[in-house]
Amino acid sequence: MSIINFTPISALTGGLIIGFSVFLFFILNGRMVGVSGIASNFLISKNNRIDNLLFLVGLIFGPLIYSYFTSQKIEISITNSLFLLIGGGLLVGFGTRISGGCTSGHGISGIGRFSLRSIIATITFMIVGVLTVLMKNIL
Amino acid sequence: MNKLVSLFCGIIFGIGLVISQMINPAKVLGFLNLFGEWDPSLAFVMIGALIVSSPLFHLFKNKEKPIFSSSFSISNKKEIDKKLIIGSILFGAGWGLAGLCPGPAISSIALLNMSSIIFVIAMFFGFYIAKLT
Repeated sequence: MSIINFTPISALTGGLIIGFSVFLFFILNGRMVGVSGIASNFLISKNNRIDNLLFLVGLIFGPLIYSYFTSQKIEISITNSLFLLIGGGLLVGFGTRISGGCTSGHGISGIGRFSLRSIIATITFMIVGVLTVLMKNIL
Repeated sequence: MNKLVSLFCGIIFGIGLVISQMINPAKVLGFLNLFGEWDPSLAFVMIGALIVSSPLFHLFKNKEKPIFSSSFSISNKKEIDKKLIIGSILFGAGWGLAGLCPGPAISSIALLNMSSIIFVIAMFFGFYIAKLT
């Protein structure tokens, strides 16, 4: 193991902002942020549909607003094949709904409330994520 | 007011994803590459988010109701069951394959990146399939 590209300050700053959003959603609307839950409920359930849609719209507007005010271009790099994108998307969508949460729902909202379910879910998907990347590198 | 809060929280969350660079799958895959060239940044994103949210959750958890809503709607599921584990394994596999999880994937639609759009469409199919089972 060697450490590269480590950006602790921006990571921590972004994390604090994400935590603030999660807290506001809790104290103002009484709900926990879990993006997989919000997105799938928008698709499937009539309850809070507009609220869920607006949160998702906000997620998309966030980067645009950031770029507008900082004049910084956001660079992302996705080098996956179409097969990996579709397979990965199906697994993420299906898996998060079966387990009831993703990185935000279990990893932040759940762990923040000290939910044992979420702690176990987060450890599980982290370990499997690491093993998956390891296998991708070997194959 | 709830709707405005939802939009606002989404925007703040999205800005957090950009600043932390979680929005970039290369960054996420760097974090998951623990046995190769490891980028620990993502751990700091989680720590940052938890430092803010966790103490505040606990401070206000006995509050009767939220400010703009009649009651809290928070999962009180406790059981550690097969679904939790199997779902997390499948999610972890998908996350490792693509480097995208739901928040960053949806946020990155803003960049009109074809790959993230394809991923998000597949993810919504995944939600739908899970609903059918």
